[in-house]
Amino acid sequence: MNALLPESIPEALDMLARDPAAVPMAGGTDLLVHWPVRIEAHDRTYLDLSRLEDLKPLTWKADELVLGALTTYWDVIRDERVGREFPLLVQAARQVGAIQIQARGTWAGNVVNASPAADGVPALMAYDATVVLESRRGREEVPLDRFYSGYKEMRRRADQLVVAIRIPRRTYSFQIFEKVGSRRAQAIAKVGLAVTHSDAGWRVVAASVAPTIRRCPAVERLLETGARAGVSSSEDLSPAIAQDVAPIDDIRSSARYRNRAMARVLYHDLKDFWRPRA
Amino acid sequence: MSSQSAIPNPQSAISVTFTLNGSSVTVEIDPADRLLDTLRYRLGLTGTKEGCGEGECGACTVYLDGVPVNSCLIPTYQVRDRKVETIESLDPRALEAFERCGATQCGACTPGVVMTAWWIRGHPDLLRTHTIRELMAGNLCRCTGYDGIVDSIKEALGER
Repeated sequence: MNALLPESIPEALDMLARDPAAVPMAGGTDLLVHWPVRIEAHDRTYLDLSRLEDLKPLTWKADELVLGALTTYWDVIRDERVGREFPLLVQAARQVGAIQIQARGTWAGNVVNASPAADGVPALMAYDATVVLESRRGREEVPLDRFYSGYKEMRRRADQLVVAIRIPRRTYSFQIFEKVGSRRAQAIAKVGLAVTHSDAGWRVVAASVAPTIRRCPAVERLLETGARAGVSSSEDLSPAIAQDVAPIDDIRSSARYRNRAMARVLYHDLKDFWRPRA
Repeated sequence: MSSQSAIPNPQSAISVTFTLNGSSVTVEIDPADRLLDTLRYRLGLTGTKEGCGEGECGACTVYLDGVPVNSCLIPTYQVRDRKVETIESLDPRALEAFERCGATQCGACTPGVVMTAWWIRGHPDLLRTHTIRELMAGNLCRCTGYDGIVDSIKEALGER
């Protein structure tokens, strides 16, 4: 194994340009799992981001919150303002492992690990986050809901480093984060959902029910329609859910369970919007 | 899953200096060495245990710059110039509440559990937002059923 140890962002970008196969490493909470037996992973070159101080801060601006590429789950949990303005980020962060993982795992790492079962990504996507990429060739910004193109495939060139995640500050009239798992702690989602409503409209984001974390445009359209959509039971959501997601059977759950759990959580949590009280 | 540290390859060996339990140490490591292996097999600090090797059980918990982390998920080169503390650094009184409350049985999880518990004791403000159980969720124990662990932390907090 080879480790590249840059001391600055420009140095890191130079190293990536020269060696695009290098794997950027932040907290290592995904890359080092079962490390001793994953011999093939030892042959790769890793780009250590841990000394790039400029990537650490979480920054509040007038119209956005910017998470640095090294901002951890714990940084977000400990920032009381995040809890007030973006409560789903805190709820998601508290579902990621426990302190040992929260103190090391980063939001940017969750984005580029590209797991369909990620906890952080659905909350970011429900807040219309944008991924900021940098390379020697310049800066690029990609909306997170267009970042993934397939299972573990994303719009990041090998010479690009995720340097930040930008989240617009808006007033939300509704927001929920739900994770259906085997246990409350230390479990990976069977179904995950993040739902928000603001002046920009509804955002319904689902996890563990498709090859990528993804928005659910058919369900979002139903919510825009509101009571006129005629949803009066969780079964009424099934056609829209079938358009939006394609769950599979795997070690954690079955496609059937995932479809039903998603429909029931969406119906239950959004009851006031499907059937407004007179 | 246990592992031995690889023998450093002279071509790729890295010299890493960090603060370990209050003293500066310098060690030649292979880039593939995890902090857990460096502590146990290079520096002889075997109090830190390996359980799952995937960041789930917390047996390998150490403090990095004062915060509990899983040493099985940290490449040793990432701790250069940083502060690492292991179970060997703790005040032996850290164990007294555990003994009184029956918070330990087989002992495999105990070093990691004590590390997280002692961190909570040092940061009681965390209990404004978190329960003891949530803060301890990264330390699995298959013997005690957790009640003894939670009781011992409550007792240790009361001793402050």
